Amino acid sequence: MKPGTAAAAKDMSQGRIAVRRFARHRMAMAGLLTLVALMVCCFGAHWVAAYPRNAQDLLLGPTPPSAAHWLGTDDLGRDYLSEILYAGRLSLAIGLCVAVLSTAIGTLLGAVAGFARGWADEVIMRVTDLLLIVPAIAVLALALQGLGSSPLTIILVLTGLGWTLIARVVRSQVLSLREKEFVEAARVLGASNLRIIVRHLLPNLLGVVVVNMSLTVAAAVILESTLSFLGFGIQPPQSSWGNMLSQAAGLVGTSKSYLLYAPGVAILLTVLAVNFVGDGLRDAFDVQRRP
Amino acid sequence: MLRFVARRLLYSVPVVVTASFILFVAVRATFDPLAKLRQGRDPEALRYQIARLGLDRSLFEQYVLWLKEFVRGEWGVSTRTGGDVLPMIGSALGTTLQLIVWGVLFAALLALGIGVYSAARQYSAGDHFFTGLSYLGIALPPFWCGLILIQALAVWPKQQFGLTEPPLYFVGLHSPGQSGVNADYFRHLVLPVVTLTVGLVASWSRFSRAALLETLSSEYVRTARAKGVPGRRVFLRHALRNSLAPFVTVVALDSAVLFGGLVVTEQIYAIPGMGRLFLDSMLAGDVFVLLPWMLVVALATILLNLLSDAGYAALDPRVALR
Repeated sequence: MKPGTAAAAKDMSQGRIAVRRFARHRMAMAGLLTLVALMVCCFGAHWVAAYPRNAQDLLLGPTPPSAAHWLGTDDLGRDYLSEILYAGRLSLAIGLCVAVLSTAIGTLLGAVAGFARGWADEVIMRVTDLLLIVPAIAVLALALQGLGSSPLTIILVLTGLGWTLIARVVRSQVLSLREKEFVEAARVLGASNLRIIVRHLLPNLLGVVVVNMSLTVAAAVILESTLSFLGFGIQPPQSSWGNMLSQAAGLVGTSKSYLLYAPGVAILLTVLAVNFVGDGLRDAFDVQRRP
Repeated sequence: MLRFVARRLLYSVPVVVTASFILFVAVRATFDPLAKLRQGRDPEALRYQIARLGLDRSLFEQYVLWLKEFVRGEWGVSTRTGGDVLPMIGSALGTTLQLIVWGVLFAALLALGIGVYSAARQYSAGDHFFTGLSYLGIALPPFWCGLILIQALAVWPKQQFGLTEPPLYFVGLHSPGQSGVNADYFRHLVLPVVTLTVGLVASWSRFSRAALLETLSSEYVRTARAKGVPGRRVFLRHALRNSLAPFVTVVALDSAVLFGGLVVTEQIYAIPGMGRLFLDSMLAGDVFVLLPWMLVVALATILLNLLSDAGYAALDPRVALR
């Protein structure tokens, strides 16, 4: 490294340094590109997909992958690639919404628990304990059975469980940050509690929060597809990757087994990409390491 | 140690009671315990059941009534099968425990092996290979993995080589007429156990690699090397033994998570265990099975968490239990 760049690095803000480190993380950039490409293709399926949504060709029926239909067609003669792109809208939207909502709620409650301590901490942490002792899949299935399984309900129910992880992490960070000198200094200057949390603690939590958000996206995509696979999630005629797999599950060992691969690969690709982005973020925000 | 266990168990009582109350309310709000009786048009039976469950009283009183019966072992009768719930859950738990025990054994040994190899040969081609594999394993949706395994290891070889039977079975734990631990049993066991543990092997191998590398860089390892202790001995006696404690903790903690994974695995492989029982009861709205199911699983989870802490203390003398 040239001496000039080292000096420049010193002058950069934390945020700029993080962005630069992230851009240098090859796998993270590949993950980010994959994720953006997936999102563009799915949310722009209207323009990208070769066939319109739910365009049936009953005379054609199920055909293996070919030049006209890259991933083949299903029983109703629908182009499988187009169906996957349209289904991806729901899968990705649910994953992203759950991550954003759980992060917001988890960060807020975790910060309150760690900062206020006392009974607020006790209550919030006991609630997270409760949600840990029964398997998530059972609680989610029960909740979806009771509340119905529209995409909105799925998002809310997954959030209801997802916030606990982030809350725990944020709480433990806040517990140690609140004893630091800069918080004491802010208090001496007369800053209110709210100001200390928003202006002094949250910026320091950014790294942890962002990394956890990426983990939550991955977990939410897998959980949604699992629930849809088991029949508690997205219901036909709406489709998500999990629910496409649930319909293809019976095709193992038949001539139509090619329908099994694509939705699973789509989930796998999404989760892999998100995890790589998470790794990149972790390294980018690691203050201990040199830029 | 005994005092620690007793204290922890005592602490978990309020957690279990609160959790079970919330679940009780949730289950009752979702399903009508009298649904089946209402179809039967037998007002006498309906009235009897209402009185027995205390449905004419407050939700809290109903809960207390139910909890008393649960503790006494009177778990009622399943509305789906008409059989007693206690032996039903007992036999499902027995089946499930087989999967859990084999799964944890398989996953822990494999993960530890991979971890030891990767730590001993850090940044080698093999290490990179396993790292890449673990990324895949963690990102793999478990139910899809199961379907692909059936296709690749059971159905495909059978069709390809014209076998009369697939090399590995994918329905149940025994062929009809077979029982006990034999070759048939293991041919049934391979696919579900692998499906159940793919994610665990991936994350445990990452963990054991990291734990080993951390111990290997500590000072007493350097001291041992400087004294002239042979490399293999340093690795096995000093580094491996000390990194086992955190590994065992994680294994015990994650084993509780397996109950969730079982729902998917048992559904795919038609294995009559706890996961399958849960799904069947959910679909049938069988309140009398669902409530004890949740409580049994919650208790098992708490026991495993306790085991994890006790195991840590047993393996690491620096940790004192209070």
